[in-house]
Amino acid sequence: MIEVKNLSKNYGDVAAVKSINFSVKDREIIGFLGPNGAGKSTTIKVITGFLAPSAGDVIVNGMDIKTNQIEIQKEIGYLPELNPLYTDMLVYDMLEYVAGVRGIHGRAFKDAFARVIDQCGLSGVVHKRIDQCSKGYKQRIGLACAMIHDPKILILDEPVTGLDPNQIVEIRSLIKELGKKKLVLMSSHILQEIEATVDRIVIINNGEIVADGSNRSILRKFSGASSIEMELLGVDKEEVKKIEEKIDSVKVSSVRKSGSSTMVSLSCKGKSDPREDIFKYAVKSKWVVLGMSQKKSNLETIFRKLTSEAK
Amino acid sequence: MNNFKTIYLREIKSYFNTPMAYIFLVVFALVNSYFFTLWFFPSNQSDMRSLFSIVPLAYLFFIPAISMSLIAREINSGTIELVSTLPIKDVEFVVGKYLSSVTLIAIGLGLTLVHFFTLVNVGSNIDYGAVFCGYLGLLLVGSVYCAIGVFASSISDNQVVAFIVSVFVVLAFFLMDKMLIFMPQGLVGIMEYISIDYHLSNISRGVIDTRNIIYFGSLIGFFIFLSLRTFDLRRWS
Ligand SMILES: Nc1ncnc2c1ncn2[C@@H]1O[C@H](COP(=O)(O)OP(=O)(O)OP(=O)(O)O)[C@@H](O)[C@H]1O
Ligand SMILES: [Mg+2]
Repeated sequence: MIEVKNLSKNYGDVAAVKSINFSVKDREIIGFLGPNGAGKSTTIKVITGFLAPSAGDVIVNGMDIKTNQIEIQKEIGYLPELNPLYTDMLVYDMLEYVAGVRGIHGRAFKDAFARVIDQCGLSGVVHKRIDQCSKGYKQRIGLACAMIHDPKILILDEPVTGLDPNQIVEIRSLIKELGKKKLVLMSSHILQEIEATVDRIVIINNGEIVADGSNRSILRKFSGASSIEMELLGVDKEEVKKIEEKIDSVKVSSVRKSGSSTMVSLSCKGKSDPREDIFKYAVKSKWVVLGMSQKKSNLETIFRKLTSEAK
Repeated sequence: MNNFKTIYLREIKSYFNTPMAYIFLVVFALVNSYFFTLWFFPSNQSDMRSLFSIVPLAYLFFIPAISMSLIAREINSGTIELVSTLPIKDVEFVVGKYLSSVTLIAIGLGLTLVHFFTLVNVGSNIDYGAVFCGYLGLLLVGSVYCAIGVFASSISDNQVVAFIVSVFVVLAFFLMDKMLIFMPQGLVGIMEYISIDYHLSNISRGVIDTRNIIYFGSLIGFFIFLSLRTFDLRRWS
């Protein structure tokens, strides 16, 4: 179990994490989601003991990171964001080294080694030098290093960067499998990646938590928000505006002329799909519709929405 | 406890995985041999004093060169994050690395034993005690310089910076003795006690005094302590 209480971290004058609170239970897969520079990695670096907190506490399985760092580190497996590896070592030697530090030798190492090689699909590169492996393989080696001691807690900072789509699917299902027995905390700035893997999402922006909830509740809350782009022929601005009175769930966010056509952006409230109503209204008003398309809001708009709500 | 060994062995392996260690050992042996033979045969004396005065000079560049990468490279490549988040105590990490560089120096000194065997073959009335003390002194001085090198390597992610800083600090200790004449009277006593040469010459003369040993021990401890502090400071950055 990880408890983060009023945690802040400053780099000099930069406040990267501002008094955040959350906790993660055992056997929970939690996804840290946020745009670049949000403070995801910083929070993770404090939890793993790489950086000291500027204020606040991190409690892991009842132990305080300030006083029990080594004990906590024994229970955590960590894949850092940039996946640093000793590139001049052989894959085997690197795993043996990490295992050695964790007190796994001899017979126990053989078993652990066989397990991670299998889980991470590394059997082809065991005797290769790490700098001769491709980026995707390096990522798996990093993952194997994090899992060699079969930790209770697995912390993965952007675990699927650099992997091809097939590998992403593999790693996702591995993480899901691991999450049945372990606490897994992973970060990402890609919504789709997180939503496919985790039970719970914590959205962090600008060093603050802006949303925290089950996967489903977060998606329900935000995935409905969408916008509709229309291309009309010979309809003027005033006329377009009238649609707001007829259809409650849409708002005209912009209208502009492009040659002879009028480009209209409509933003939709809630999760209803107003396209049918719009179509019927257009027919009734005798608009010539050249095109209509719906855009699901992406993470960017969610973040914008969340951060403007926070203000 | 075991982590000292794990870190140490990894570092030794990494020295010998690259040409670095071999180049160091070969060049170190050649430089010392060259000057030794240059002075030994003409001097017609059955001792190794010429070697014992060459090695400290060779140290000035060799030790910063072998120690500059120890920590700086880990900071630069980011592997510092890996080791800092493994259950390794800072002291295990720093001392393990430190001992690997001392080992390399000891191997380097071991190679110069060739000259000792030459001496045994051609010389007469050899003072074995003096040879032993000479080597002990060299090992102690080398150990101090390695501690300085480890410290320099911990303050930067740039190996060149680490090299320059450690050459500078090592040189300061080396030259202190030679600067005594320029020092104000009141400082001479202190400076003499701080200078490496003073203690090295004591040991080389065969006087192994606990004060000399304490001196070397505390210098090593001091620089290892500084490395640990810089290491810890990084966490608070
Ligand atoms: N070593 C550092 N020194 C100074 N500022 C830093 C340092 N590391 C991160 N920052 C700053 O702290 C903030 C949070 O960075 P962090 O790396 O935690 O973001 P992130 O959410 O992981 O982003 P990304 O998705 O890009 O990985 C950013 O504004 C960043 O510029
Ligand atoms: Mg990050």
